[in-house]
Amino acid sequence: MINKRTLLALALATGLTAPAFAVAQAESVKIGLLATFEGAFAVLGEDSARGAMTAVEEFDGTAGGKDIEIVRGSSDASPDSAVRAARKLVEQDGVKILVGPLSGDEGIAVKDFAKTHPDVTFINGSSAAQDTTLRDPAENFFRFSTDGAQWMAGLGEYVYDEKGYRSVATVAEDYSFPYTQVFGFMAAFCKAGGKVPSKSWVPIGNKDYSSVIAAIPDEVDAIYVALGGADAVNFLSQYNDAGGQAPLIGGSITVDQTVLTAKGKLRDVLIGTPAAGPTADTNDDPAWTKFVEDYKKQEGAFPSPSLFAHAYYVGMKAAILALNEVEGDLSDGGEKFRAALADLEFETPTGMVSLDENRNAIADIYLTEVTENENGELVNKLIKTTPQVNQTLGIDRDEFMALGAVSRDNPSCE
Amino acid sequence: MTDSTSASKGPLAQSATLTTRQLAWFAGLIAVGIFIWLVFAQWPDWLKGLLISKKAFLSAILNGLTLAGLYFLVASGFTLVFGLMRNVNLAHGSLYLLGAYIGYEAAELTGYWLVGVAAGFLVLAIVGLIMQIVVFRRLEGDDLRQTLVTIGISVVAADLMLAFWGGNTYQILTPDWLSGAIKLPVVTAVRSNGTEVFLVYPFYRLVVLAAAIVIGIGLWLLINRTRVGSMIRAGVDDRDMLSASGVNVHFVFAIVFALGAALAGLAGVVGGSALSVAPGEDVRYLLASLVVVIVGGMGSITGAAVGALIIGLAEQIGLVYFPTYGVVLTFVIMVVTLALRPQGIMGRSL
Repeated sequence: MINKRTLLALALATGLTAPAFAVAQAESVKIGLLATFEGAFAVLGEDSARGAMTAVEEFDGTAGGKDIEIVRGSSDASPDSAVRAARKLVEQDGVKILVGPLSGDEGIAVKDFAKTHPDVTFINGSSAAQDTTLRDPAENFFRFSTDGAQWMAGLGEYVYDEKGYRSVATVAEDYSFPYTQVFGFMAAFCKAGGKVPSKSWVPIGNKDYSSVIAAIPDEVDAIYVALGGADAVNFLSQYNDAGGQAPLIGGSITVDQTVLTAKGKLRDVLIGTPAAGPTADTNDDPAWTKFVEDYKKQEGAFPSPSLFAHAYYVGMKAAILALNEVEGDLSDGGEKFRAALADLEFETPTGMVSLDENRNAIADIYLTEVTENENGELVNKLIKTTPQVNQTLGIDRDEFMALGAVSRDNPSCE
Repeated sequence: MTDSTSASKGPLAQSATLTTRQLAWFAGLIAVGIFIWLVFAQWPDWLKGLLISKKAFLSAILNGLTLAGLYFLVASGFTLVFGLMRNVNLAHGSLYLLGAYIGYEAAELTGYWLVGVAAGFLVLAIVGLIMQIVVFRRLEGDDLRQTLVTIGISVVAADLMLAFWGGNTYQILTPDWLSGAIKLPVVTAVRSNGTEVFLVYPFYRLVVLAAAIVIGIGLWLLINRTRVGSMIRAGVDDRDMLSASGVNVHFVFAIVFALGAALAGLAGVVGGSALSVAPGEDVRYLLASLVVVIVGGMGSITGAAVGALIIGLAEQIGLVYFPTYGVVLTFVIMVVTLALRPQGIMGRSL
């Protein structure tokens, strides 16, 4: 009996406090922050929060004349955990704006969840699967952070022309984001005349890569690796242990600060690895260096912001800018706010960002190479900037759609 | 069928059963022969088409064996505790992760990897002892509450470790004498100019396998050849009777729990050096040891070894030959075991 009563009290407490708070603090605007604060991508999640908070602090914690109240939700990179966290933020905490999620499959799942809450606005964090916005998009889901195929702009041509690689094997995690990255890399590499004879798809969170490494054909010129967080660290140190000879080509998050700062035997195999992505550590554009300085004020910051910090910064800043434009007015179910977001065009630390008709970003992409800086830290050196890359990689939209959805087998050029 | 024939026609039937046994031996010999041939012969092209390459196949087998060694280290502690106390310790994965972190810190601090290993083992033995005395002794005989408490401990421990060590991926660096790769006397390919390419394999992983075998034999001797071991076995069979015959059951429980936790801690350091240490590892190794123990049989050291071998090999072979469904494979093995032999391969029915 007592138990039942306690339960009832608990249910009342949790169910009723949320709306009560919303009424009491009319002068604040709640923004949900959804990232992977647990699991294999926990480091990435922590850094994404640093990025988001950098944007909040840049505007002194206010948007549209109201105080910003950040409510955090945690997922573990699995789609169901992301939807669970999003549902909690929207239905229980009552957020009307949600920034997130972080990982590829999560993005697709949250996009589908977004359709069930048309009056809530979802702004992508760093999830970069192509089909989050390309196919069957949600009206209230916005991505200011570009997708994984866009991130690869310039890399395929570079390794073919400059590095002289003709045959490349790929190792990547088995879900939508790495499919998108491999697609982006191969689109240019195969077009230039390169061949990809072997593709290994490994489950996310895999620890032991030595068998995968042994199965890579000996005769390839290089190995393209699209793994993230702990997975990348494991692969790289085991590749080093196995006496890996072939040079590496990096996916965007494989040579990100989240991996470059890991403790272990990665240095030798990483230095000189070319990659491409939405950020470059040695970018000397004043907008970027200012962002790096602001970011470093966050607790536990890396020597240079990871692309997750960057993506969440851009997403959060877009939310604040649009809120300023509508003066914090979300009373019409967020109609005006979303219209402002769709038309938003603003200067980020990495150049101009605007949205296409599917609400996916068009932005600059950087070609980089891993080097050691004067402090002995590993950083991505800027090689070349590819300006204003759109989601169809400069190809006509119909022609691009005809290439088909990214998957394990698409594209293929053996 | 065979019984009735053996009853009626004695000598003939005997020779018949002998032939079946001989047949089994013969089949076994052929299997071993094929395996030896696979290891030492030069592979024809059709076989390469089937199994990618000799290097890939042999590496997968070796990796499966070394992974099995690691799984055995984790699961042996788990199964030991369960066998004696009927306590499914769902915080076992947390003990693994804590051991790994402590080993990392100790190795960083002193510069000696072996100090890290010893620290992981000893500190976790003490943690296990405290857990047993402070938590489990109070809940004795209440299996469900014990299990629920371990879930609670694992959740709290995971967050505390995340708060303290952050989400970074750590790697415990092995000393030079353990690092590097060695050439095994197995030829994987012959280059066109006639030089032979030998199989190269990380030395440390072979050491892990050897350590697991040594510890396995040590545990077996402890359980089967010592006085404490006979108390433990008696406790597994009938706890009350053991207590009635004048043995301090609490003492035996404490020793077993400390040993189980220490093995998890040791595995953490060893595994953290071979692979890496990061949040989430606790759940992964808890799941692995659950599957290993369910397949092998709850409460049996031999079962843990057999289960670890099957799961380790299945995971690695799956990863190389059908990566998409590799994850499912271990669970298929678990389901099949549960369906055909619910007590596990080496388990006794309870």
